[in-house]
Amino acid sequence: MGMEQTNTSLGAYFKHHLREYGLLIALIAIMVFFQIMTNGTLLKPVNITNLFLQNSYIIIMALGMLVVIVAGHIDLSVGSVMGFVGAFAAVMIVEWNMPVGVTMIAALVVGGFIGAAQGYFVAYWKIPSFIVTLAAMLVFRGLSLWLLEGQSVGPFPREFQLISTGFVGDIFPASLSQTLADIAGSRNFNVLSMALGVIAVALIIWMGMRDRARNARYGIQGEPQAFFVVRTAIVSFALLFVMFKLSTFRGLPNVLVSMVVLTVVYAFLTANTTIGRRIYALGGNEKAAKLSGIKTERLTFLAFVNMGILAALAGLIFAARLNTATPKAGFAVELDVIAAVFIGGASMSGGSGKIIGAVVGAFIMGVMNNGMSILGIGIDYQQVIKGLVLLAAVFFDVYNKNKQG
Amino acid sequence: MTSLLEMRSITKTFPGVKALDQVNLDVKEGEIHAICGENGAGKSTLMKVLSGVYPAGSYDGEIHYDGQVAEFRNISDSENKGIIIIHQELALVPLLSIAENLFLGNERAANGVINWRDTFQRTEQLLQKVGLKEAPSTLIETLGVGKQQLVEIAKALSKEVRLLILDEPTAALSESDSQALLDLMLELKAQGVTQIIISHKLNEVRRVADTVTVIRDGTSVSTMSAASGDITEDRIVHDMVGRDMSDRYPARPRNPSDILMEVNNWNVWHPEHADRQMIKDVNFHVRKGEVVGIAGLMGSGRTELAMSIFGRSYGRNIGGEVQLHGKSADVSQIDRAIDAGLAYVTEDRKSLGLVLDETIRTNITLANLGDVSNAGVINEHEETQVSEKYRGAMNIRTPSVFQKVVNLSGGNQQKVVLSKWLFAQPEVLILDEPTRGIDVGAKFEIYGIINELAAQGKGVVMISSEMPELLGMCDRIYVMNEGELVGELTAEEASQERIMSLIVTE
Repeated sequence: MGMEQTNTSLGAYFKHHLREYGLLIALIAIMVFFQIMTNGTLLKPVNITNLFLQNSYIIIMALGMLVVIVAGHIDLSVGSVMGFVGAFAAVMIVEWNMPVGVTMIAALVVGGFIGAAQGYFVAYWKIPSFIVTLAAMLVFRGLSLWLLEGQSVGPFPREFQLISTGFVGDIFPASLSQTLADIAGSRNFNVLSMALGVIAVALIIWMGMRDRARNARYGIQGEPQAFFVVRTAIVSFALLFVMFKLSTFRGLPNVLVSMVVLTVVYAFLTANTTIGRRIYALGGNEKAAKLSGIKTERLTFLAFVNMGILAALAGLIFAARLNTATPKAGFAVELDVIAAVFIGGASMSGGSGKIIGAVVGAFIMGVMNNGMSILGIGIDYQQVIKGLVLLAAVFFDVYNKNKQG
Repeated sequence: MTSLLEMRSITKTFPGVKALDQVNLDVKEGEIHAICGENGAGKSTLMKVLSGVYPAGSYDGEIHYDGQVAEFRNISDSENKGIIIIHQELALVPLLSIAENLFLGNERAANGVINWRDTFQRTEQLLQKVGLKEAPSTLIETLGVGKQQLVEIAKALSKEVRLLILDEPTAALSESDSQALLDLMLELKAQGVTQIIISHKLNEVRRVADTVTVIRDGTSVSTMSAASGDITEDRIVHDMVGRDMSDRYPARPRNPSDILMEVNNWNVWHPEHADRQMIKDVNFHVRKGEVVGIAGLMGSGRTELAMSIFGRSYGRNIGGEVQLHGKSADVSQIDRAIDAGLAYVTEDRKSLGLVLDETIRTNITLANLGDVSNAGVINEHEETQVSEKYRGAMNIRTPSVFQKVVNLSGGNQQKVVLSKWLFAQPEVLILDEPTRGIDVGAKFEIYGIINELAAQGKGVVMISSEMPELLGMCDRIYVMNEGELVGELTAEEASQERIMSLIVTE
C-alpha cells in the first residue's frame, strides 16, 4: 500500500471536512428557513438582540461542557447548579442586602467549589461522572428549593440586572450617530457596535491570511484558497449584518460581550495551549496520556471546577435577565447544553470536539427555539423537533465516519 | 490435489490507494497455506475480501470456492460456506462461559429456549478436539490468551468449518502455547480441515505450512511449496522485503562506558492483592551506550518491573532506589521520571502508547509539550517542524505528520511511539516488546534506531519475549522469573538454552 495518500482536490477536501462546513451551512439554512417562515421577524434587530439574551447562558455553559466532554466525561448537574447559584445570589442580595460585586464573586466561588466537589469524586475516586453529576443534579435541585423556600426571590437592584439586560454605551458623538441613523433609516444608530463589527471582520481576515501565509511558509497544506475565501466571506458578511442590525437597535448587549470574550478565550485555550492539548489527549486515551507524564486526575478535576464556575456565571446571568430567582430556574437546561455540544460535533467517547462547534450548535438550538416560538409552534412539537435535530446531527457524523472508514 | 479456494486477479482500491493489485491465491484442499507479508502489504485486506467484509462487487477479480464462483455479500455468507476467520483480536465475551461463547449466535435451542444439556455435551466434545481441559461453564475472563485461542478454534469447529483462517494466531502466545497451537493445526489438517495461517513468525510458518504465498505491496510475489522443498526463511524474508537481509540484527560498535542507571533492592506489591509480591529484591544497572535485555516468560514480572520504575505506574508499596549518574533520582511520579531522564515504551502501543484518533504530530510531542510551547501556548509551526524531523529520521511512511495514527501500520505506529519518547530527550529508554506485531522490515529499522541510541550514549533496557532478538541485540541479558532476576549473562555467554535453563532450574 505504501504511502497513505491525501487527496487535495476541492471535492475531497470538502468531503473530509463536511462536518465543519455542514454545521455552518446548517445554521445558515435554518436561519434562512425561519426568516422566510416568520416573514422576516427572525432577523429584526430586536429579535437578534433577544436571540443573544435568550441563549447566552446556554452558550456559556456549552463552553465548559465541551471541555468536560472532550475530557471524556459528562456533567448532568449544570442546570441544577445554575439554578442553585442564581438562588444563592438572590438570597444574598435581596435577603441579606449584600453588595452586588461581593455577591457575584461569592457566587462564582460557590460554583467553583461545587465543581470541585464533583471533580474530586470523578477524578480521584474514579466514580463515573454520569453518576456523580446525576447525584449533584438532584442535590442542587433540592437545595435551591430549600434555599428559596419554594418561593421566587426578587427583584434585583438595577446594577445586577445590567449584567444581563444592559447594553454597551456609545462612545462616538451623537451627531455622527444621528447622521448614520438617518442613512440606515432607523431611529438610532450605535456607532461603537458597528465599528467593533468592522474591526472584528478586519481582524478575522487579517489573522486568516497571516495563518495561511505561515502555513505556506512551513509547507503545511491547509484549507484550499476557494474554501477560505468563501468561508471568510460568509462569516464576515454575517458578522457585519448582525452588528449592523444591533447598531440600529440598542447596540451591543453586555452579555454578548462576555459571551464573545469567553468564546475567544476558550477557543484559544483548547486549541493553542498545552493544557488544552492535554485535555484532548486525556479524552482520547487516558492511559496513554498518563504514561506520557500528564497529570490526568488533576486535569479532570480542573475541568469540573471550570464547569462549576461557568454554570455559576450562567446562573447569575439567567437570574439577572428574569429579575428574579425561581426554584424552577435551570430545569432541564443541562440537556440543551449537552445537545448543543454534540450537535457541534463532539464525540461521546471524548477526545474530539471544538469550541466553535459547540457555540454554533448552541445557536442552532437557539434559533430553532426562537423561530418556532415566533411561529407559535407548541412546546410539545418543539421538543420533538429538537430531539430529532440532535439525532440527525449525530447520525450525520457517524454516517460520515463510516463512509470515510 | 484439487483447489478448495482460488482467488484470481483480486484488485481492491480505496480512495487514493490500491490496496490489492492482481493478487492470486490458490489453496488446495486439506493443506495448510501460509500467507506472509509485511504489515500493510495487504494480507488483512485480502482476507476481508475473502470473508465478505468487502462484499462482492466492491473489488475486481474472481473467487472460486469449492468449484463454484463465490460472491459473498457479508460475513454470514462466507461462514455458511464454512469459511471462518479467527482474528488477531479475539472476539469472545469475557463474562460468559466457554459453552455460551461457543454457541453464541448459534445456540442449541428450540423455540428460543436453550437446551443446556446438549450445549454442555457438545462443548465437551469440541474442547476435547482442541485439547482444552476446562469445564464448559468456565468464564472466558479466567482463561489466558492461549486457552482463549483454543476456544475460538473450537467455536470454528462447531460451525462445520472447511476453511479455517488464523490471523497471527501466536502473536500473543507464549512459546509453549504456540507449540501446542501449531500441533493442533497439524492435527486439524489430518482431519481434513483446510487452513490459512497469516504469520510473521517464519519458523512457525516453516513448521506447519505446505504452501507459502508471499504478498508485497498489494501483489502476490511468490508461492513456495514444502513438497518441492523450497520453503526457507531466507527466501520468505527476501520476497517479503524485496531485498536480501543478510543480517537480521544490524551491527553496532559495542563499548558501554560508565554506569548510567542503577536500580537497587526494588520491591513491588500487587496493586489489588496487597499480600502478593510481584517484584522481589531486584538489582540491575545499565551503562551508557549499553543495550541490556530482560528475558523471561510472560507473567514473569518484566512489565511490572518497568512500569513500577517509571513513575510508579504499576503496583503499590514500592520500595527501593533508582540512581542516575550515581545519584538518587526522583521517579515517584511519571512526569518526574521523565524529567529525571527515563522513558518507557509500552508493550501495548494501541491502548497505552498512542492517542489513536490524534495526528502523528500530536502524539510525537505529547510527552514533551514544554519544548514546543512558550508560557503554555503551543507554537504549532515549531511543533510541525519537530515532528516532520522525526518523521524523516525514523522513516515513518506517510505523506505528512497530519495523518491520524489509527490509520498507520503497526511498524509506523511503533516509530511514532519511539519518536515521542526520543523527543522527550531521555537518557535511559525502557523498551517493552518493541517489535511485537511488527513486520521484518520495520523490525530491522527499529533495531537500527536502538543501535543509534546506544551509539549516542543512551542506556537501553529491552524487554522481549523473542529470544533471538535479545541475543542479537543485547550486550547483557538479565533473566527474570516470578518477579526475581535469576541470572545475568553477557552477550558471549548467552544462548537460548542457557536462558531457558536459568528459568526452569530456578
